[in-house]
Amino acid sequence: MSDATEITIDDLKRIMRESAGEDESIDLDGDILEVPFAELGYDSLALLEAAGRITREYGVSLRDDELDGVETPRAFLDAVNAALVRV
Amino acid sequence: MSTASAVVTGLGVVAPNGMDTEAYWTAVLDGRSAIAPITRFDASRYPVSLAGEVRDFTAKDHIPSRLLPQTDHMTRLSLYAADKALADSQVDLGGLPEFAAGVSSASTMGGFEFGQRELENLWSKGGQFVSAYQSFAWFYAVNTGQVSIRHGLRGPGSALVTDQAGGLDAVGNARRQIRKGATLMVTGGVDGALCPLGLVGQLTSGELSTSTDPARAYLPFSADADGHVPGEGGAYLVLEEAAAARRRGARVYGELAGYAATFDPGTDGTPRTGLERAIRRALDDAQVRPEQIDVVFADAAAVPDLDRAEAEALAAVFGPRAVPVTAPKNTTGRLYAGGASLDLATALLSIRDGVIPRTPNVEACAPDHPIDLVVGEPRTADIGRALVVARGRGGFNAAAVVRRAS
Repeated sequence: MSDATEITIDDLKRIMRESAGEDESIDLDGDILEVPFAELGYDSLALLEAAGRITREYGVSLRDDELDGVETPRAFLDAVNAALVRV
Repeated sequence: MSTASAVVTGLGVVAPNGMDTEAYWTAVLDGRSAIAPITRFDASRYPVSLAGEVRDFTAKDHIPSRLLPQTDHMTRLSLYAADKALADSQVDLGGLPEFAAGVSSASTMGGFEFGQRELENLWSKGGQFVSAYQSFAWFYAVNTGQVSIRHGLRGPGSALVTDQAGGLDAVGNARRQIRKGATLMVTGGVDGALCPLGLVGQLTSGELSTSTDPARAYLPFSADADGHVPGEGGAYLVLEEAAAARRRGARVYGELAGYAATFDPGTDGTPRTGLERAIRRALDDAQVRPEQIDVVFADAAAVPDLDRAEAEALAAVFGPRAVPVTAPKNTTGRLYAGGASLDLATALLSIRDGVIPRTPNVEACAPDHPIDLVVGEPRTADIGRALVVARGRGGFNAAAVVRRAS
């Protein structure tokens, strides 16, 4: 388990690729911070799977309601990093 | 509901002895079996050690990355076979109304390999380690869902779970949907559960051969029959409303002319009469007489009692040894729902090429089975109509008649 206190967009890209794959028609390596997950090819289950992996890797616990309304990578990172500070 | 004709315009095969329709068909005509020791896991301590594995399938070569974390092996094979069937049909799905095309699939076991891995995660590491995709990846209906999403098939969607009979029931249901107004259905079945959990589940049937000799392990209708061998794979078909197929100039393999399903009572000792009833009703549905059937593709359990029941049902309908009966499924192993769908594809190829594949490895039909089993060499014959028979554990029977398109 990592003892990092913050995850970055690169961490998130890696986790999304590992946990939910990658839509061939979309370039995740571009600036995607504000691009809605739906446009990146990720549905709510993909986010749930990514959240599960973050929980295991970083020892952070995300409540279901903390991901409600999270639609972009930036919002996702904010939610995870807020939870990491809490740990 | 109309009585519109439904014709097959595309075939997608994924079989242990062939990764596409023509490779499989060539293997079947050559009598080439893919039954061999299990390599997917160490099966040396299991009573059954042989299977028909699809060995040449590399998932990432055929399945988008986005789908890999959320699919079991059998779903990947399904997506592959459905892709092949649609490509073979050359249909332009984009040219159809939004809800005109759907999916009707059958599954016997669901995604056991995926399920086993997640159960192992649950019990060895905890619930946090279970994939969110377990919610659907194991499920019987998942192949219909994934094929539907991948190709935008937003019309009727259904999944049938009637073991081997499901491979026909799904196609019968697809015809029903066409008669209710659908233009096109992707239909069929693929099964595959060659993992420890899947094999243990299959062992409970008591119908698997424990032979370790691939040439002796699956001998339907033989005096030496001692059970069947499990396999993985199956076939998807594109079933289309006949007039629509004609309008677009589609190549037609044949028509699904008749279909029927019956159910036998359970294990209360009542004689099993359902198979014969299913065959008679399928013939009636196709409006053909027994003597108009040119070949029968048998369920072929290779369990002596079940072989006898099937042979007697066929003899009751057709007369003793009156129609050629064959079971090339012993080249793939029993594919459950996938097996009956693959038999339908095989029957259509028999019609196309005028040849009846043999049942390899069987030297002769046991003398007490009153059927004309095709052994030794394939038979050349003009085949206008073929009957496919399938039984599922628990009392399911299904029969389908396919005929050359008029």
